[in-house]
Amino acid sequence: MSLAVRGLGVQFGGVTALADVSFAVQPGTITSLIGPNGAGKTTAFNAITGYLRPSRGSVLYDGAPIVGLRPSQISQRGVVRTFQKTSVFPTLSVEANVMIGLHLRGRAGLWRILAGHRSVRAEEARLAAHAAEILAFVGLAHRRQAEASALPYGEQRLVELAVALAAEPRMLLLDEPAAGMTGGEKDIVSGLIRRIRDGGVTVFLVEHDMRMVMGISDTVIVLNNGRVIAEGDPAAIRSHPEVIRAYLGAGAPRG
Amino acid sequence: MIVLARTALAVALVTAPLWLASSYHVHVLIMAGIFVILASSLNVLLGYTGLLSLGHAAFFGIGAYTSALLALKLEWSFWLALPAAAALAGTAGWAIGRLALKLRGAYFVLVTISFAGVIALVSTNWMELTNGPLGLPGIPAPALGPWSLRTKTAYYYLVLAAAAVAYLVCARLVRSRIGRAFLALRENEPLAESVGVDSTHYLVLATVVSAAMAGVAGSLYAHYTRFVSPEVFLFSYTVTMVIMVVAGGKGTLAGPVVGAVLFTILPEALREATSWQWQMLVYGVLLVLLVFFLPRGIVPGLQRLAPRRTP
Repeated sequence: MSLAVRGLGVQFGGVTALADVSFAVQPGTITSLIGPNGAGKTTAFNAITGYLRPSRGSVLYDGAPIVGLRPSQISQRGVVRTFQKTSVFPTLSVEANVMIGLHLRGRAGLWRILAGHRSVRAEEARLAAHAAEILAFVGLAHRRQAEASALPYGEQRLVELAVALAAEPRMLLLDEPAAGMTGGEKDIVSGLIRRIRDGGVTVFLVEHDMRMVMGISDTVIVLNNGRVIAEGDPAAIRSHPEVIRAYLGAGAPRG
Repeated sequence: MIVLARTALAVALVTAPLWLASSYHVHVLIMAGIFVILASSLNVLLGYTGLLSLGHAAFFGIGAYTSALLALKLEWSFWLALPAAAALAGTAGWAIGRLALKLRGAYFVLVTISFAGVIALVSTNWMELTNGPLGLPGIPAPALGPWSLRTKTAYYYLVLAAAAVAYLVCARLVRSRIGRAFLALRENEPLAESVGVDSTHYLVLATVVSAAMAGVAGSLYAHYTRFVSPEVFLFSYTVTMVIMVVAGGKGTLAGPVVGAVLFTILPEALREATSWQWQMLVYGVLLVLLVFFLPRGIVPGLQRLAPRRTP
């Protein structure tokens, strides 16, 4: 269930967003991808999850190549992502958001639905119960009926997380899950990410908050100018000379 | 309270031909019923997936011509011609849906307009098949066993039943995982894809269902007026449908029904009430006021006034 990225390159016209990136994400870990703005972190996410076609290189999930698949096909294989900018289904209720995330857990087809088959109602009840569990997990049970866009920012990010979890990922890619959150909210998200990993889901995240990254990561991968410049556990990364020069700076937090 | 109102509405609809003053009023209700099906079909696309089809009259016209030709040339019964009309219109919808794969927004709108234009040209120029601008007269009225549904009252019940089925189809669809997938694509397509909603599959499905329903409406229209001409492809039909959906409330089940009934009866009522110079003016002013005061449509506007129901 590991993800292997080999020789990944992405060109936008004459601009090289990713030059030649190779790394692996081990199953059952929390792995962080860090680096300065413009290093290519989100580009790497987009290339892995099918939102962007890489110019070269390969992405293997579970040993099978996933480059060239559509995003929905990749998520059907268990690789589910969130987005850097807040991304919910804005005019729908929080519960409906999560129910959409549960799309692939439903089996009801057109004819059964139009016929009002008994199995369809049973399935809806089962999905609604599942949605309630997920909302309880992220702490939004009390917001079930609220319109997603009406929630405060931090809670919208939790809705996103709930939608992604509903898709039953085996690997979850989080693009700056704590961006713009208060310290307390970040701690909540860190706790949730740990619990998600402990539940057997591999977590791969892009994040700028170094306290959070160093606190929760098993492995950190550092990207700069479209290349991997370092890879290792948080302690090794904190003392890596090139990482300090390119990204952390001399006054980087020590823990 | 709601149960009471629904029962009253159902009783009123079922007994309408008994207490309406003239068969002309029944005719207006029949047309309203056909437009309920049309507006509901457009709403599946416009209201739920967010795709605007400005060629919707094409699916209506394909249904009308299919049904008429099968009844006239092959002497098919209405009960076979109706599903055939739905199937052919649905097939056309499938072709348009495949295009939606690559096109969104204004480009999709343009494709649908062009599609309707092409179909209208075919109907005007393929003399051998469609009799061109002269149209196809003498389409038989449907028969139910020994009874012909020739009278307005009988046809009213046929259209009422069809509109009820269309409403039920929409209701079951939009409250299902398929309906949620439609909404997901309207709200945020990249996010929908990220949780495994196949945008191609569901956009095509929505256009097929929508087009097939419009085809049913076309078949009902053909066997009611007993005459089809290229006028069924008129752009004004499409515009009327869009007005019905938007004014009634797109993305709601009741919206297109309210819109269709209102905007079928309104021009007729204006015709009785005032001279022709004033008709379009009053119609236009009413439309502007409606959009101004109820921008999201009549049904969502009323829902906001009413106390919220806890589900």
